[in-house]
Amino acid sequence: MSELATHDEHGEHGHADDAAHHPTDTKYIQIALILGAITAAEVATYFVDFGPLMVPSLMVMMVVKFAMVAMFFMHLRFDSPLFRRVFVAGLITAVAVYIAALTMFEFWTEDDNIDTSTGGGETVGMVHVSR
Amino acid sequence: MALTEERIELTTGDGAVTREPLGVFKRPTAEYGWKSWLTSVDHKKIGIMYGAAALLFFALGGLEALAIRMQLAHPDGTFISHETYNQLFTMHGTTMIFLVVMPLAAAFANYLIPLQVGARDVAFPRINAFGFWCFLFGGLFLYASFFLGGAPNNGWFNYAPNSLQEFSEGHGIDFWAIGLIITGIASTTSAVNLIVTVINMRAPGMTLMRMPIFTWMALVTQFLLLFALPVITVALFLLMFNRLFDANFFEVDQGADPLLWQHLFWIFGHPEVYILILPAFGIVSEIIPTFARKPLFGYPFMVFSGIAIGFMGWGVWVHHMFASGVGPVSVAAFSLSTMFIAVPTGVKIFNWLGTLWGGNLRFTTPMLFAIGLVGMFTIGGLSGVTHAIAPHDAQQTDTYYIVAHFHYVLFGGAMFGLFGGFYFWWPKVFGRVLNEGIGKLHFWLMLIGFNLTFGPMHILGLQGMPRRTARYAEDMGWDFWNLASTVGAFIIAASFLVFWWNVIVSRKNRIADPDPWDARSLEWMTDSPPAVHNFDEIPTVTHLDEYFHRKYVEDENGRLVPVGSSVEVHEQQHAEAVEHHAAEHMHMPSPSYWPIVMALGLPIIGFGLIYNLWMCALGGLLLIAAFYGWGLEPSVDPDAPPHDSGPGADHPDGDGDEGAEAEPDSETEVAPVG
Amino acid sequence: MAETTFGHEGGIAAPSQPVSVPGVHGESPAAHHTSTGLSNEKIAMWAFLGSECLLFGGLISTYLLYRNRSVEGPTPSEIFDIPFTSVSSFVLLMSSLTMVLAVSSIQRGDHQRCRTWLITTASLGASFIAGQVYEFTSFVREGLGYTTNIFGSAFYTLTGFHGVHVSLGILMLLSLVILSLRGRLPTERAETVEIVGLYWHFVDVVWIVIFTVVYLIPE
Repeated sequence: MSELATHDEHGEHGHADDAAHHPTDTKYIQIALILGAITAAEVATYFVDFGPLMVPSLMVMMVVKFAMVAMFFMHLRFDSPLFRRVFVAGLITAVAVYIAALTMFEFWTEDDNIDTSTGGGETVGMVHVSR
Repeated sequence: MALTEERIELTTGDGAVTREPLGVFKRPTAEYGWKSWLTSVDHKKIGIMYGAAALLFFALGGLEALAIRMQLAHPDGTFISHETYNQLFTMHGTTMIFLVVMPLAAAFANYLIPLQVGARDVAFPRINAFGFWCFLFGGLFLYASFFLGGAPNNGWFNYAPNSLQEFSEGHGIDFWAIGLIITGIASTTSAVNLIVTVINMRAPGMTLMRMPIFTWMALVTQFLLLFALPVITVALFLLMFNRLFDANFFEVDQGADPLLWQHLFWIFGHPEVYILILPAFGIVSEIIPTFARKPLFGYPFMVFSGIAIGFMGWGVWVHHMFASGVGPVSVAAFSLSTMFIAVPTGVKIFNWLGTLWGGNLRFTTPMLFAIGLVGMFTIGGLSGVTHAIAPHDAQQTDTYYIVAHFHYVLFGGAMFGLFGGFYFWWPKVFGRVLNEGIGKLHFWLMLIGFNLTFGPMHILGLQGMPRRTARYAEDMGWDFWNLASTVGAFIIAASFLVFWWNVIVSRKNRIADPDPWDARSLEWMTDSPPAVHNFDEIPTVTHLDEYFHRKYVEDENGRLVPVGSSVEVHEQQHAEAVEHHAAEHMHMPSPSYWPIVMALGLPIIGFGLIYNLWMCALGGLLLIAAFYGWGLEPSVDPDAPPHDSGPGADHPDGDGDEGAEAEPDSETEVAPVG
Repeated sequence: MAETTFGHEGGIAAPSQPVSVPGVHGESPAAHHTSTGLSNEKIAMWAFLGSECLLFGGLISTYLLYRNRSVEGPTPSEIFDIPFTSVSSFVLLMSSLTMVLAVSSIQRGDHQRCRTWLITTASLGASFIAGQVYEFTSFVREGLGYTTNIFGSAFYTLTGFHGVHVSLGILMLLSLVILSLRGRLPTERAETVEIVGLYWHFVDVVWIVIFTVVYLIPE
């Protein structure tokens, strides 16, 4: 180790603002509780009918949980922007490319219960389109 | 320190270290000889190995091509069977893309990036070695298929459902899928390594916009690799699970969609072609300024157009699928995006021309290859623009017109650039300069042979000759150009032999000058070949083309005035390093055999997947054991003698504790702690 | 000596001064000899996680495409047990908390506590895997095998890849515990725990997506 005397000088070497930027254990627990609460809300959609709001609210909750884990537990919020950029580059590429691909499969406009009978549907070009 | 019982007391630096080696498995220390290559973690040795292996595969891929051309030289050819033909064109494409161009680019990137950014090695030297061995073993695994029932035979893009067991019997496709997963691991680890190296290990003063252009293009390439390889990895796993474990991913009667393969493959496949060309663009961007004696025209535009190509390359993949039934909206959208992507490449062409314009041109062999790329890639790019027009592509697709296009950009583009790179950097890497006369013969033969082979394919394609067809009938009218093309192929082969002749004959052309071309970037400031530690002292950078600015300054009229010859600059560097006792702060990573051992686990798992699942367990155990051995081994061997080939190292064992205090977990260059 | 650090980059903020206090952010002292002042290993892990987004994105997209297209065999709504999966999802989520507490402990120099939290994290992860195993075996018993239909292949492949990632994470966590017990994980190496933590959180975050998109959103 270098010339520091003890371990306890958390924030005492000219990094006065560090303490504010580095969550305490209590903060982490609070975040975990929030995440738990959101999870409970997500699970509630299984038992309670949200109607047309179901999918949008589930997506929002998913994104919020993702962001909270990334920003707080993975410390992205407090670390150098470089990490965020590298990760988000991959994330955005993935989201863009796969949404585009699913769009070309007409995924968003599919009916429920697609073609559960054998041989149903027709073939357009090389694509088996279910009716 | 492999397989040792380590009890290191990591207290406050007065490390009492005890270690009991298990005798047989001591850490390798070889610096010379064949063992040193197997255990090397030196980016330069690894780069050379990538290059040598890639050239071997180039010969194999070339032989495959010659066999194809022999079959097609005449109508109703009987040189090889249809099945053999299918295996040969599949292996030719797979080899040239995955086992030649990509590793050649890796060779240059691995060798040059640390030197160009002023570092002593890459961020993770052992991972670098691991990547090379993965690539080699993956390639050998793929080629084993020839001896184990037949090579893959469904084209390098291997569309489903034809790739499934019922249509492609035997294990050829399995070797293809697993082999490419293994080589993919190599490229992914390499990408992470080089990204971190470029971001984090640049010499003081080297901002991103002062980096050599090759490093920039290689950096964009690494990001493309990082993000594109997982997509094909998914596709390969889905295919492998379908074939080996009866999954249903491509079983149409179970509801699967054959286009899933195509989308996944081409989402990878299109960024892949930019992965193939950007390094060559970077090479050419280094060569042309050197031999035009002018700085690269529009350096920021070259950087940003490279980045733009990297971004836009993700938005065009469906142009490989225009005829697959995706529907008019998709076709129109991707037709447009494909036309747009020509723009940043056009920017580069104009910048190269701008560099040449008004320059004091020297037509050395590397310069000829570089100009060759500019010309040939433009031709290939123009045919590419015609493909972007979807209705016209409907006629062109699956014909030889497409074959012509991609050979112009891949051979006329990437390979010419890479050969230019060989001639350019050969003196630095081997301390010998390749013979100019033979080099020019190589270039002209290759240029003529290449154009004779692939030029006529434009005509054949527009006349309707389909791809991937072993025989054509006599009355199609394709005889003449096919024969011409075959003659051209043999001229290419001859030119490749000329290259090897040059390599052999030039072994005696030792040069003393570390900078024979009067070049511009930092790698030319080192010895030829560079010492293991690259730079005697890490330079401080104040300019783009830093090395050039140490040799020349501009007077009040903007004219270049030499202030130091390459030898003088070199000697001054050396003297300063001795004065600063630079060698004492040098901790080079030590050789290790864990990378090659761990890499060996992968083909064993591969054979296990195909033949016997118990072998998977064996390979997996080897992998895990090697992983732990590696993880427990410090990157710098504390028992290694201090690195004494650096300047100012006049304390043989004096301070003695360079190793014990070094941070074992970080593979960056570390100053003594505390 | 000539090898000083230049931290300033165009567009990338450098730390205001080199962090010479190990334990504040858990950076190894070597970190401040790099161009950005950040450690190589941490950048490498984030780059790797970026690439994993494309891997899991591909598997998730394949699942989404195929989940409704089976011609026979059980469908998602017929087979899923949402209450059960909710519990194991919650378990994995809490393991992220214990992970972050482990990192916080070692950054403070509290190695005993760090080991405790690491073991807790590994145990929660193992419970998750146990839950997966139970879930899969009951699905198989109810007629959904890997090869039964296209939903089954896609589902097991996606969750299988995730499960393998979790398992490798558990191995890494236990390895850290062992290293710590042998005195080879001092406070200066806190960042190693942080980096394993990044991997662990990512694996949790992937499950956050899978839980919503695979289980909760009905076909």
